[in-house]
Amino acid sequence: MLRSIGADATEVRLPDHLDGLDGLIIPGGESTTLSRLMSLYRLREPVADMAASGKAVWGTCAGMIMLAAEITEEDPVPLAVMDVGVQRNAFGRQVDSFEQDLTIKGLGPDLYHAIFIRAPVILRVGKEVDVLSALPDGRPVAVQQKNLLATAFHPELTADARMHRYFVAMAGGPPYDENAPPIEAPRVRGRMAQES
Amino acid sequence: MVAEILTGTFTVKSGHAQMLKGGVIMDVVTPEQARIAQEAGAVAVMALERVPADIRADGGVARMSDPSMIAEIIDSVSIPVMAKCRIGHFVEAQILEAMGVDYVDESEVLTPADEMHHVWKHDFTVPFVCGCRDLGEALRRISEGAAMIRTKGEAGTGDVVEAVRHMRAVQDAIRKLRTMPDDELVVEARDLRVSLDLLQQTREEGRLPVVNFAAGGVATPADAALMMQLGADGVFVGSGIFKSGDPASRGHAIVQAVTHYNDPHILADVSRDLGEPMVGRSVRELTESELLATRSI
Repeated sequence: MLRSIGADATEVRLPDHLDGLDGLIIPGGESTTLSRLMSLYRLREPVADMAASGKAVWGTCAGMIMLAAEITEEDPVPLAVMDVGVQRNAFGRQVDSFEQDLTIKGLGPDLYHAIFIRAPVILRVGKEVDVLSALPDGRPVAVQQKNLLATAFHPELTADARMHRYFVAMAGGPPYDENAPPIEAPRVRGRMAQES
Repeated sequence: MVAEILTGTFTVKSGHAQMLKGGVIMDVVTPEQARIAQEAGAVAVMALERVPADIRADGGVARMSDPSMIAEIIDSVSIPVMAKCRIGHFVEAQILEAMGVDYVDESEVLTPADEMHHVWKHDFTVPFVCGCRDLGEALRRISEGAAMIRTKGEAGTGDVVEAVRHMRAVQDAIRKLRTMPDDELVVEARDLRVSLDLLQQTREEGRLPVVNFAAGGVATPADAALMMQLGADGVFVGSGIFKSGDPASRGHAIVQAVTHYNDPHILADVSRDLGEPMVGRSVRELTESELLATRSI
């Protein structure tokens, strides 16, 4: 997705993979696994430093949990770089995972099709935090705090590249143009013939 | 206006498997083992009464596990919990879905309930993972609604040879597909007994349309990294962890091996001092009736 919108992208598994990056995405996955491997391979401090230095950092789902100041459970221990409180698995088990169209501030007038998988939700937002999108019941699911972005849903599972373009702009790429039509990136994996 | 909320879509089901990519799913038989697996960094656990090595040793009919045992495991960890139903046993699948299991494995490790038909998985909200030995089998399972595939290997042996064979078979078939002229695709679809649509989609994407893990015989960090280098998206480890001398260390080592599968220095490091691996049985010593992978294809 990042490459399709003109950004260079590389995988980060070890601290020295962070060298020279303008931005970092902490993707979805299992937050307990992510947290353990970040501790073991000493990624916690460099990633927290990167966030503090003003570089763009975006967490989706498990990544959002890692950015949070606090979560409702003791485990995993988040990086505490963003002034939000987060609840893991806020919607229940996998059978409760869902898709929903959302309005997202800053992305333009078109609705954004968001995919929530065993998703977390934001319970508390600090003063510096801007809520970009919330569910109809008011619970925030996309927030920004200066150079930090967090989404409870998975933009990496959709073909809509707007969220990625928004982040690339935060990382010093071309400015995001709200009036530009949504670019459909090449479809990511997960589609199949039977699906409508 | 309240936007429509969709659950149980193929996007949501296969999307969950995307989130497991690069991870290890471990077989566990008790809440205690489930906690050890979570602590070791597993992305999910497979709750079952007996690991495949014991199913093999005990013989008899292997069925879905007792729901109370699965429920205890669900309550003991925050990571997703999978459970197995027999091939074609859609009522076992309904029960697992009702219990809130996160993924159902329609598994050849259990005794098949139907030798002709698999579960029609599109009818379910819960996603399914199914085994395959080659591309045709994988695509047939996907057309029935599987949101995730695993190569079968030969479960409960600790012998990785079949896992390698099946992963290579899938990858080779996809490579062949990529250079195949259009007019040969129809024949290929007929030979593989799959729809032309799904075959074309696989060719376009250059990979299976859903996440594909390796399974069946992985016992060491090196085995796990081997499967990743052969193109697996992640690894299931069944008997290999809790049938070994030091499950916590071995589990943790296999997790690291899957993350850093391309870094031999890290692989060397995590492979040290893990105690005894599971004893294992060479697949070549098994009789025809002991093979699990050939069930309901």
